[in-house]
Amino acid sequence: MNMGIDFFILMKQEWAVMIVLFILLFIKVGSKDWTNENILNLVNILLLLNVIAGFFGYKEGILFNEMFKTNHLIATEKNILSLGTYIIALQSYPWLKNNKNILEFYILLLSTLLGMFFMISAGNLLMFYLGLELSSIPLAALANFDLDKRKASEAAFKFIISSAFSSGLLLFGISLVYGTTGTLTLSALPEHLYGSPLQIFAFILLISGFGFKISAVPFHLWTADVYEGSPVTVTSYFSVISKGSVIFVFMTVLYTAFKSYAVTWYNILFILSVLTMVIGNLFAIRQNNIKRFLAFSSIAQVGFILIGISGATQAGSASVIYFVLIYTFSNLGAFGVVGLVSAIAGKENMEDYKAFYKTNPMLSWVLAISLFSLAGIPPTAGFFGKFFLLMAGAGQGNYLLITIAALNMVVSLYYYLKIVKAIFMDSNENPVKKLIIAPSPKLALFICVTGIVLTGLISYVYNYIFSMSIGI
Amino acid sequence: MTLTLLILIPLLTALAVLLCKGLKQVRTVSLIGITAQFIFSFILLYVYWKGRASGNSSQFLFELNYTWFEPLKIHYHIGIDGISLSMILLTSFVVIAGVLVSWTQEFLNKEFFFLLLFLSAGAYGYFISLDLFTLFFFLELAVIPKFMLIGIWGSGKKEYSAMKLALMLMAGSALVFVGLLGLYFNTSLNGEHSFDLVEISQMHIDAGIQNIFFPFAFIGFGVFSALFPFHTWVPDGHSSAPTAASMFLAGISMKLGGYGCLRVATYLMPDAAHHYSPIIILLSTVAIIYGAFVTMMQKDLKYINAYSSVSHCGFVLLGIGMLTQTSINGAVLQMVSHGLMTALFFAAIGMIYSRTHTRLTKELGGLLKVLPFISTVFVIAGLCSLGLPGFSGFVAEVTVFMGSWENPDIWYRLATILACASIVVTAVYILRAAGTAVMGPITNNHYQHLKDAKWNERLAAGILVTGIVAIGVAPFWLYNLITPDTEYIIQHLGKALTLK
Repeated sequence: MNMGIDFFILMKQEWAVMIVLFILLFIKVGSKDWTNENILNLVNILLLLNVIAGFFGYKEGILFNEMFKTNHLIATEKNILSLGTYIIALQSYPWLKNNKNILEFYILLLSTLLGMFFMISAGNLLMFYLGLELSSIPLAALANFDLDKRKASEAAFKFIISSAFSSGLLLFGISLVYGTTGTLTLSALPEHLYGSPLQIFAFILLISGFGFKISAVPFHLWTADVYEGSPVTVTSYFSVISKGSVIFVFMTVLYTAFKSYAVTWYNILFILSVLTMVIGNLFAIRQNNIKRFLAFSSIAQVGFILIGISGATQAGSASVIYFVLIYTFSNLGAFGVVGLVSAIAGKENMEDYKAFYKTNPMLSWVLAISLFSLAGIPPTAGFFGKFFLLMAGAGQGNYLLITIAALNMVVSLYYYLKIVKAIFMDSNENPVKKLIIAPSPKLALFICVTGIVLTGLISYVYNYIFSMSIGI
Repeated sequence: MTLTLLILIPLLTALAVLLCKGLKQVRTVSLIGITAQFIFSFILLYVYWKGRASGNSSQFLFELNYTWFEPLKIHYHIGIDGISLSMILLTSFVVIAGVLVSWTQEFLNKEFFFLLLFLSAGAYGYFISLDLFTLFFFLELAVIPKFMLIGIWGSGKKEYSAMKLALMLMAGSALVFVGLLGLYFNTSLNGEHSFDLVEISQMHIDAGIQNIFFPFAFIGFGVFSALFPFHTWVPDGHSSAPTAASMFLAGISMKLGGYGCLRVATYLMPDAAHHYSPIIILLSTVAIIYGAFVTMMQKDLKYINAYSSVSHCGFVLLGIGMLTQTSINGAVLQMVSHGLMTALFFAAIGMIYSRTHTRLTKELGGLLKVLPFISTVFVIAGLCSLGLPGFSGFVAEVTVFMGSWENPDIWYRLATILACASIVVTAVYILRAAGTAVMGPITNNHYQHLKDAKWNERLAAGILVTGIVAIGVAPFWLYNLITPDTEYIIQHLGKALTLK
C-alpha cells in the first residue's frame, strides 16, 4: 500500500471530522435559507455518522516521521471522544434552538475535537503542543458563547489566561527536554532521559502543565469559575471531552517518554491524587450552584483517575480508558438533566431541585442514576470503573492510598446523596415545572442511561479495552 | 437447578412492578413474585437435602462458575452450602412478610415495592456469591435502596437517619473493599491472583498479611452487623424506617454483616481470626451488655427493638469470635433466629403504630383487650427475644453460650458469663415494655374503636411465627443443615493453627 492511501486510512477519524467541518462551513457561506432545526438535525446526523465511521477500518501505523501515530487503542480513545461529542450535540438542542450562531458553535466545537484527535495521535511533543493549542483556543470562544452574560465573559477570560499559562509551562518544559536530549519524539526520549537536574526540572514543568489541563489540585483554581460561567453544554464539554483527551495524552507521555522516571512520577501522582480527591470532595460539599458542584465533583474524579494512571500496568491503563468512557456517560447524564433545567426553566441552584421528583419523575431517575454512577454505586457502571481504578492502584502495594481513596468515595457519596435527597425527599413550594423535552435530548439521555447500566454489567467492553491497552 | 433464579425472580418482579398501574396491581404482582421466590427457596432446601442425603459431600452445591472479567480473574461464581441456604430461607421469610405488611402502602407505591424487591435481589445475590467481587457487588447493591426507603417513606428525622445509615454502611464497605483487595493481591495461583472464595481458602496466605487485612474486612462487615462502636446507625435507621424497611434492615441487612464476618473474614484469614479473637470477644461483649442497658432506658418501641438488635447481634459476633464449632453453630442459629424474631417485632410495632399513631410505651396500654391478635404477636416476639424455651431465641443463645464455654481460658469464660447475664436485662426491658404497652387498663378511650389485624397482617405474622416456633421446637433440622459446613470451617481454622 502506498503512502497516499495510508495518509487517508490512518487519519480517517481526523478526515471525518474535517469533512463535517467543511460541510458546515459551506452551509455557512453558501445559503441563508437553513432553519435552526434543520441545521441541528443535520449536525446530529453528521456527528452520528462520524461516530459510526470511527469503528471501521482500524489500522496501525505512523505518518510524517512519527509526528502522527495511530493504533487500536488510540482509535478507541478517539471513538470515546466522538461519542461524547455526539451526546453533547444532542443535548445542546434546546439551548441552541433559538440561537443565531449555531454554525459557529459547531465549527468551534469540531475544531477543538480535531485538535484533541491530533493531540492523542501525537508521536512528538511538538505535534502534541500543536493539537493542544488547536483544542484550547476555540474552547475559550465557546465558554463565552452566551455573549450577553457577564459571567460567561469572565469564564472565557479566566480560561484563556490559565490555559495560556499552562501552555507556557508545557512549552518551557518541552524546550528544556529538547535542549537536553536533542529530540522530541516520544519513543526516542527514554534513552536520552537519564535524570539530570535540568531534565527533572523539565519534567516538573510538564507535570504542572498537565495538572492545569486536567485540573488536578493544586492547579485546579480556574475550574470552578469557568464551569459556572460557561453555558452548560460547554461546561459538560470541558469536564468530559477536554479533560478526557488530556488524560489520555498524559498517560501516553508518562508511559512512553518518561518510563525511566516511573518511581518519581509514581510518588508525584500519589500526592496529587490524594490532594485532588480530598480537596475536590471538601469543596464539593459546600457548593450551592449545581454547575460549580459538578465542577468540584469532577475534580475529585480526576483524583481517582490519577490512581489508575499510577498503576502503570496494562490493567491500569485499561481501567483509566474504561473509566473515562463510563465517566462520559455518567457526567453527561447529569449535565444533560442540569442543562435541560437550565435551558428551559432557567434554574441552576441546588435548592431548585427540591421536590423535582414530583414534577419530573423520569428526569429525576436519570439524574439519580447518573449521580449513583459518579459515586460508584452498583449496579451502575461507575462501580466497576472505580473498582478497577483502585484495583489497578492497589497492584502497586500502596494500601494507604487505596484506603484514603475508598474513604473519599464515602465522602463523595455524601454530596451526591444530598442532591438525591433534595430531589426525592424534600418538599418545595415552587418546584421546577414539568419540562417538555425535544426528541434529541431524550435520545442523549437514553444513550447515557443505557451506557451507565450496560457498560459495567457486560464485561465485553472492559475486556475489549484491556486487550488493546499497554502498560509500562 | 439454577441458582441465578434466586436473583432473577425478584429482579424481574421489580421490573414488572414498574409496568403496573395503581396499588392493587403493584401489590398483586409483588406478592406473586415473592411467593414464587418463597416456594423456590423451599424447593431449593428439598433438593439440597436430597443432594446431601445421596452422599454429595462437596463443600458447595449447585455451583456455577462463569468468567466475568477475564483479565482481572473476576468470576460470577455462585453456589450454596447449609449456612447460605439457611440465610436464603431467612430472607425469603422476611421478604414475604415485608411485602404483606406493606399491603396498604399508598404513597408512591410503585417505587416502594420496586426498591423492596431490588433490595431482596441484592441480599439473595450476596448469600449465594462465592466470588469476592460478586459478593462485594451485592453488598453495596443493598445500601442505596435502604437510603431511599428510609428517606422517602420514613418517619421522624428520616433524612438524617437515612444519610447516616448510607454513609456508615458505605464506610464499612470501603473497609471491606480494602480488605478484599489486600487478599486478592496476596493470593497467587500459578502467578495469577484470585477473588475466588474456594480457591483462596485452599491457599496459604502469610499470617502477617492476614493480620493487616483481617481488621479491614472484619470491621467493615462488622459495621453492617452493629459491631460496637460502629453500631450508631442501627437505632436511628431502624426507628426512622417504614415498617417493611425496618424488617429488612434488622432481619436481612444486619445478617449480611454477620455472614461476611464468618464467611470472608474468619474463613479466609484463619490465622488472623485466632490472633484477633480476644478483641472481637471484648467488643461483642461490650455490645451485648451496653445494648441491653441502653434498651432499658428507651421509651419508643422501635428504639427498644433497635437497641436490643445491637445486643442480639453481639451474640452473633461473640459466637464467631469464640471460634469453636458449637459457638459458630450458635452464631448462625442466632442470625436466623434474630432475623425472624426482629422482623416479627417490627411488624407488630408497625401494626400498633398504624392504629394508635404512637410508639411511646407510656402512651399505650391495654392493647390486649382491643387488639388481641397484634398484642399476642407482640408478646411472642418479646418472649422469643428474651430467650424463652420453645422459641428460636432460646436455642440460638444457649448454643452460643455452650460453645463459648468450651474455651477454657478464664477471660473467655468471664465474657461468656457477662453475656449470659445480659439475658436478665433483656427480660427486664421486654417484660416492662410488654407490661405497659399491652397489659393493664386501656389508657386512651380512643383505642376502644381500634380494629384488629387484617388478613395480610395475620398472614405475615403467621409466617414469621411459624419460622420461630419451627426452630424453637425442632431445632435439629436447622442444626443438621448447618453443622457439616461449620465443621468444615472449624477444620479449616484448625488446619491453620497446626500449620503454625
